Formats: sequence, structure tokens, C-alpha cells
Amino acid sequence: MKLVSVGADGTGVAEVAGARYDVQLGLLEDAAVGDYVIVHAGYAIEKLDGAEAEERLALFAEMARRERDGSG
Amino acid sequence: MAEGKILLAHGGGGRLSRELVERHVGPRFAGGPLEGFPDAARIAVGGASIVFTTDSFVVSPRRFPGGDIGCLAVHGTVNDIAVGGGRPRWLSLALICEEGLALAELDGVLDSVARAAARCDVRVATGDTKVVARGQCDGLYVNTAGVGEALPGFEMGAEKLRPGDVVLASGDLGDHGMAVMAARAGMNVEGRLASDTGPVHRLVLALDELAPAVRFMRDPTRGGAASVLHEMLGDRDDIGIVLRERDLPFSAGARAVAEVVGADLLHVASEGRVLLVCAPEAAPVVLERWRALPEGAGARAIGEVTRDRGRVVLETAVGGRRLVDVPQGELLPRIC
Amino acid sequence: MKYLDGFRDPDAARFLRRRLEAAAARLAQAGRSVRLMEVCGTHTMAIARHGLRDFLSDNVSLCSGPGCPVCVTDAGYIDAALELARRGVTIATFGDLVRVPGSSATLAEARAEGARVVVCYSPAEALALARAPGAPEVVFLGVGFETTVAPLALLLRSAVAAGATRFSMLAALKTVPRALAALAEDPEVGVNGFLCPAHVSAVIGAAAYEPLVERYRIPCTIAGFEPLDILFGLVDLLEQLADGRACVVNQYTRVVRPEGNRKAQAAIAEMLEPVDAAWRGLGVIPGSGLAIRERFAAFDAERRHGVAVRPGRPAPGCRCGDVLKGKILPDACPMFGGACTPEHPVGPCMVSGEGSCAAHYKYAR
Repeated sequence: MKLVSVGADGTGVAEVAGARYDVQLGLLEDAAVGDYVIVHAGYAIEKLDGAEAEERLALFAEMARRERDGSG
Repeated sequence: MAEGKILLAHGGGGRLSRELVERHVGPRFAGGPLEGFPDAARIAVGGASIVFTTDSFVVSPRRFPGGDIGCLAVHGTVNDIAVGGGRPRWLSLALICEEGLALAELDGVLDSVARAAARCDVRVATGDTKVVARGQCDGLYVNTAGVGEALPGFEMGAEKLRPGDVVLASGDLGDHGMAVMAARAGMNVEGRLASDTGPVHRLVLALDELAPAVRFMRDPTRGGAASVLHEMLGDRDDIGIVLRERDLPFSAGARAVAEVVGADLLHVASEGRVLLVCAPEAAPVVLERWRALPEGAGARAIGEVTRDRGRVVLETAVGGRRLVDVPQGELLPRIC
Repeated sequence: MKYLDGFRDPDAARFLRRRLEAAAARLAQAGRSVRLMEVCGTHTMAIARHGLRDFLSDNVSLCSGPGCPVCVTDAGYIDAALELARRGVTIATFGDLVRVPGSSATLAEARAEGARVVVCYSPAEALALARAPGAPEVVFLGVGFETTVAPLALLLRSAVAAGATRFSMLAALKTVPRALAALAEDPEVGVNGFLCPAHVSAVIGAAAYEPLVERYRIPCTIAGFEPLDILFGLVDLLEQLADGRACVVNQYTRVVRPEGNRKAQAAIAEMLEPVDAAWRGLGVIPGSGLAIRERFAAFDAERRHGVAVRPGRPAPGCRCGDVLKGKILPDACPMFGGACTPEHPVGPCMVSGEGSCAAHYKYAR
């Protein structure tokens, strides 16, 4: 989920596809608006590393491409 | 075990709800139109063939994006008549109010009922109001019953399904349940997820001369599409249904909330949709007629009837296969 | 949902199916059948929901280990919660626990009899409930692995800081690495590779599995929850086995760091300390549990309310323990689908949303 607001009291609001949700941010070192976070039971437990996520998606996309091209 | 008491799960629309009706209600009223526990009964009254149904509404919160308990109560009963093969005509309206309910809120609900009834071409013919002391009910409960003219040509039931028949959905599934869930959890979905509550009778009327090709029709409310698909199979162990996950219609907003709360959208209620099984040659025509109506714009084929032993199987988007079970438990209490 | 679609591409899945088959074939050529185990309730459900077992060859079995914290909660814990409810305490809990059988009853049944049982999505709701004016005495049922332990540690810290006088937690918190070691040691389990939990690993860090791999030479691969993540994780495990390697491989690098979440670990260490814990079906595993530290005893429901969690009586004939160890598949239990179904569950594996038996019943019968 994406953080859309961060409060001074360790709480924030996260959003996914337009659905907004209150989250507790006390387990994160530094949380900023725009960060993507993993939320469990209303608590953000870790940030999503955008660069790593992009790499992973690119890897799967490459697998898909190879499968379609028949190059295995 | 839980012998002897009603559990929340009995109201969930899944297996336990079915058990409650089959084991406690059924034996006392066996035979006749109650057989098989359809949502609406086709009965004869003084020579006229009518469709008769009732439904109670305990939704919380009473107002949610896309609607409120008032229009929900109208649409719910109008739709049960429609999918029972009827043209809705008259409604009764019974209110149970908790002491302390704001009159302004009651007026708002009644206005909503009036508007919805007008849009559905039905009229409220009779009703009742009761008041209970503070704490003895939660704000407001509504019951509606309805009667309509039985439309000719519909002969539906699980026994009519044949391998090769097509399963159609009139639009996105699960928006109502997810919208109520989001509202209850304080998720601010900002207008991108609203209840789909609305009438479906025009979708049924559009079937017209195709009625004999329709094997089964239901609106997927409590328990969602999964519940309806299992009802379609009834007790038969010679047929099954295969769904294709990539063809299932779900809105982005509903998907998002479902991912967050871990819900399976096949188990989530819609309040303005039809699921229908028909002969394969009728399917393209039904889809064309549905898509011509705003409430059927998202209609599509989602699967077909196969030879199987009473299972509903999903071909997953990623290429696996798994069963679709009847939901159980109190997944989403008080969504209708 | 564009982001998720990229993790569910059927063509990529077909590619991974070939890799799985190739690795399995190499193992078959060496005369080997292997058993992989996943130990995360979310993995259990994702594998079932997407029908991923369909992708595995005959000489590869994937079993579900004790990855569902509700399933490994002893019946005696529910009994203690019921005792508190009987005394008029408001029990706040995650939804999954409500239908878990204790020695004689469930919380759902107690609620039907008039007990106050409130289901929370977030434990923060329970603290808010206890702090409202005129609030009842609240006990939160703290059950979970490290992913849940971290939020609960934070919650306890908030309760202490706020001086909440009507809030405490009945803790049955467990840690995963010791359980994996116990499973690795058990010859009856015979596990050859672990698919490691995604979000527990985010908290404890990928390095937490190094001692396990060093000692038992069992490959450990951390994978995310999306179907392609899981398939890719299984590919890695099979390839490690076919190559004769045993390493910790972190494939969930977008969330899991080698050192994990230090801030979360600090919160856990501040509020909780390791203790021995009883795992339903596995027995007592030394050092695998977490208890509230002495100086916060006022927030420990056992000490605050003088109620002890004692070993409960599991139902006769219930084989949840063997299912949890991965020794049998759910449908090998004589009660599966007959006396024990999701509507009328006997053991926790069938009750919990993430339980092996519930998943099997819903998705794979």
C-alpha cells in the first residue's frame, strides 16, 4: 500500500487502488509520503523497495517473453 | 460443538445458513413452493400465476457508498421476484425501529424507498411499523415482501442444467459486499467503490422469448457467486461448473479491498447482478440484450457446465486448478 | 491491478512450470523423491487459491508445516480465554481464533451464550476499546509469529505509555526459526527444503536462517506471496537439491533485508523475552515462544487476572498434530470431510482461515 499521509504521532494513512486505510508506522525507521509499505493487522511492518520490485517484475516479464517466443 | 444456539455463521449465506433452513425450517413446511428453498415462490392465487418473496435487511452501516438500507430493501425484493421469473408489481414495507432513531434518518430511508420503488415501477401497497426499546435492536431493521406476475416460459431448476450450458454474469461481482465492508472499516475509497445495489428486472424482462432456454437464474447476494453456483448444481453428482478466472468480472476497487482484507470475491455479495445458466445458442443473444442496458454493460460469459461430480472448479489465472467451495462462517456479517 | 498482474502472468507461470519439471526430472534420474515444506499460512492459502500444486511432478511433494499460528495454539489457551470471558472480561481477538476448539468449547459458542467477544482487524482497536470512557476490562488474545509479534510489542509499549488500566494481553506468541530446527531434526518429517515465510522474514531478516542451513544442510528459500514468487521459490529449492547445494536464498528482496527490521526487533526485545512454548501437535519447543517481560506484568493477562494457560485436551482422534508436522496430508485424517469440516471443525487446522485442512477442503478435494 502507498502512504498518502504521515502524522507526527506515528500513525498514517495508506492507500491501494483508491481504498484508504489507517496504519501504525512505529515499526518503520523513516516513513515518508509516497513510500510503499507492507501492512499487517493495521501496522506497517516494512517498506517495499521499489527498485527491487521493478527488477523482479522485469524478471518475470522476461520469463513470459521467452515462453511466448519459444526460446525457453 | 455448537448444538442448540444460533451462531453468527448461520446468517452468513453459506453452508450453515443452508443447514439452518434445511434442518429447522424445511421439515415443518415440506412440499409445495418451498421445495428446494428458492428465493421466490411461484404460486397460484385465484387463477393468476404470481411470484412471491420476502427479505429482511439488517445492513450496517445503514448508509454506504452507492445506497442505503431503504433502496437496498426495494432492490433486494424486486430482484428476487425478477430472478424467480416475475415482473415485480407490489411491495410491503415493514419497519422495526429502535427507540431514539432520528426521525430525520427515518425520513431519509423512506425517501430512498420511494425513489427506488418509482424507478423499479413498483408501489408500496401495505406496511407496518414497530418500535422497540433502546438497545433491543440496532437502529433500524427493514423487511420487504413483494408480489409480481409470473412471466411465461420460465422452467428453471438444477435438474435442467446440461453439459455445454453457459454461465453468464450481468456485471462486476462483489461490489456491494466490499463497499459495505470498506465503509464499516473506515476505508475511504473515494468514490471508486460503490455498492452495486440496483434493480435487475429489466435484465430479466429482456430475456423475453428466450425464457425456455434459461436453466437457472439467481442474484448473487449473501454468499456471493460461489453460493449461487452451488445452488445451480443442487444435489446433482453428474454435472459440474468450470469457471475461468481471467473471465471473472471484478472492479478494481473491489479487488483492492479484497486483497487488503483477504476476501475471495466469489464469496462476496452483489445486490444488483444476475447469474444465469442458459443453453449455449442463447448465450450470445442474452449478452447482446444485457449489454444494451446500463445495468448489463459489464455482462460476460464466465464459465460453463461440464460433466463432473457436483464440483465448481476454477481455472486460475496463472494456470492452476482449484475448487470453489460454498462459503462458511461470518465473513461479512450484516451486509444486507 | 497492473502491479499484481505482473506477478500472475500465465506465460511466466508456464516458463516456471518447465523449470520445475526439469529440476524434478534431474532428481528423478538420481532416484530421488523430495519433500518440500512451506511454513506460512499465507503461502498455504496462496498455493491452494492459485492451484499451484498442479505444477509439481510426482517425485516432488509440497506439504504445509506449522505456518498457521492459530493452528499451533494449544487448546489450553482457548480454555484460559474462555475462563476470562466467563469472569466477565471482554475478549478482543483476531477473527480466526473465534472458532478454534478449546478442550470443550469455542469463543463463538461462548459469545452465543452471552460472553463479550469482539473481533478486531487491528489490535490497536482493542487498546482503543479499553481506553474509552467507561471502558470494560479488555484482554487481547495475542497469537502469532514474528509478523504479528512486532505490532503487538508496539501495542504493549503504547499501553504502558498511556497507563492503560483496563488492558492486558494473553500471549501465545511464537518464533519460527526454532520450530524449523525441530522439524529439521525429526526424521519422521523428512523435510528436504523449506519455503520460508515472506513477512516473518521481513521482521527477522534472511540471515536468521543461516544457522539452520549450516546445521542441517537443508535449502531455505524466502519467497513472496504472489503465484510467480512461489513458483520461482519452488524452482530454486528443487535446483538447489538437484545441484546438491544448501543455502539461504532470499527471493523476496523487495521486502526482506539480510538483517531484517531492526526497529521491530528492538521493540520485541524491549517488551518480550524468549520462553519455552507448547506447539499444538509438535510438543514443547525450547525457546520458541515470547512472554511479556516481568516489569510489564500488569499488562500480561495471566498475571493480571491470575489465570494460567495449561495444556488442554485435544479432541480424541484429531490428527492436527500430524498434519502440522507435514507427516500426513489433510485427507489422510480419518475425520477429514466427515466429522471434521469447516462448518463443524474438530481441530484448529480446519477452523483457521490459513489452516492446511481448511485450505485443502476449500480448494483441493
